[in-house]
Amino acid sequence: MLYSEKVMDHFQNPRNVGKMDDADGVGEVGNAKCGDIMRMYIKVDKDTQTIRDVKFNTFGCGSAIATSSMATEMIKGKPVKDALALSNKAVVEALDGLPAYKLHCSVLAEQAVKAAVKDYYDKNGIPYGKDLTICNQDCEHCAGE
Amino acid sequence: MRVYADNAATTAVSDTAVAAMLPCFQEFYGNPSSLHTIGQRAAEKLSLARQIFARRLNCDPSEITFTSGGSEADNQALRSAAAAGAKKGKKHIISTEFEHHAILHTLEQLEKEGFEITLLKIPKSGVISPEQVRQALRPDTCLVSVMFANNEIGTIQPIPEIGRLCRASGVPFHTDAVQAAGHLPIDVKSMEIDMLSLSAHKFHGPKGVGVLYARKGRVPLVNVIYGGAQERGKRAGTENIPGIVGSAAAFDESCANMEKNAAKMTALRDKLIDGLTKVPHSILNGERERRLPGNVNLCFEGIEGESLLLLLDQKGVCASSGSACTSGSLDPSHVLLALGLPHEVAHGSLRLSLCKYNTEEEINHILAVTPGIVEYLRNISPVWDELEHGQRKHII
Repeated sequence: MLYSEKVMDHFQNPRNVGKMDDADGVGEVGNAKCGDIMRMYIKVDKDTQTIRDVKFNTFGCGSAIATSSMATEMIKGKPVKDALALSNKAVVEALDGLPAYKLHCSVLAEQAVKAAVKDYYDKNGIPYGKDLTICNQDCEHCAGE
Repeated sequence: MRVYADNAATTAVSDTAVAAMLPCFQEFYGNPSSLHTIGQRAAEKLSLARQIFARRLNCDPSEITFTSGGSEADNQALRSAAAAGAKKGKKHIISTEFEHHAILHTLEQLEKEGFEITLLKIPKSGVISPEQVRQALRPDTCLVSVMFANNEIGTIQPIPEIGRLCRASGVPFHTDAVQAAGHLPIDVKSMEIDMLSLSAHKFHGPKGVGVLYARKGRVPLVNVIYGGAQERGKRAGTENIPGIVGSAAAFDESCANMEKNAAKMTALRDKLIDGLTKVPHSILNGERERRLPGNVNLCFEGIEGESLLLLLDQKGVCASSGSACTSGSLDPSHVLLALGLPHEVAHGSLRLSLCKYNTEEEINHILAVTPGIVEYLRNISPVWDELEHGQRKHII
């Protein structure tokens, strides 16, 4: 099979799927031209700086949907700074692997989480390091891979 | 229920073809090049198979060359016409934007070798006009290659008209008939076709067998594979007797039952098209009338094809898509892009290709499960969300 059982499970039964109208931070990466868009919403508990709730919407292939779902599971209830440290590698491992040419989907998931956190920081005037930049994974960027 | 609706990719081998092949493994196992009885029995099988293809295509058996498949036949046809053209200083080739990669990538290579290639644009209908060919013809044109029917959207090209035009202009005409052979009537004489490629596994023959028809005295074939003197020295390698015999049996069977099969498949196809285009913001790619009997190709806005295929597979439906994720590249199908579809719409394509074995019950199953899957994926999709809230404009 192309995908692991875990990937198929998260693809067919995605966790935390949907919109969040009162999100504290929203991040969107990718574009429809390339065939992948992920939008991540986070709700933050301001006292503890933890992610109280998270939702996502994804346009894309099976692994794009599965990595979005897994990423939301991995940051839900976690401190915001931990979410920022989520790596695509950790998402791939949690899904029992992805085909090599699908690894960019996991990068997209990592970047979607970062984009949502950055949006939250920006909206709340919370300072962050210069290294928090978002790779939008647009076509020109990926084309060189 | 498992429904196989990916017959444009490959087909199941028919009982007739299997029955014809089986004796070739242990009874007619000889090498047709051998002089002894066992070898000559195999040679006789080979000769009969060649006669079947010749009769069904309306050509001479000596004009039939067996290859390893459609891709090899396409490569050899183009290489041969290019070599003949180069000898006369003619290095211009006309083809279309939506040919199979066996044609397009060979043309790319020929371009590197100094040939000039004109690829005709594809109208929205998915059917090019003979006038487009006429306008592209030049004094140094050495070949026109236009596919008989497109492999993704199933549209049938005006082959007899292009054949007549090329014959009158003195330019060799090749057609990649891989999707058409066994499904549409083909007569190389009346259609004025100089070279034609076909592939057996698209009409219930085995994989690994192709045919290149090349009209005698027109374009001399050059080798793609060098070695022994098989196929009049034009294609080396011991002949795949079981494959060739099975292919001929399958072709004979497909041609003999063509009308009956086409009527059945067309009815099922139309039912699918009518049912699936009821899904809001869906579109049939390529025109409906001049279309292969078994081809359905649609785009659903706001979703991506690979996820659609995976979920259809979970419901027992085997289909295909022209999305980037199924091609292993960043771009969706070159055929859908050639039709003028934007990338984001082309990513959401679905091809269902039927065969004579599909049943009405199977079509009902596809119609029952597909709309729900599309709706499910749209509910997850941020693109659909934007379309529904007017933040993004519907294209279809």
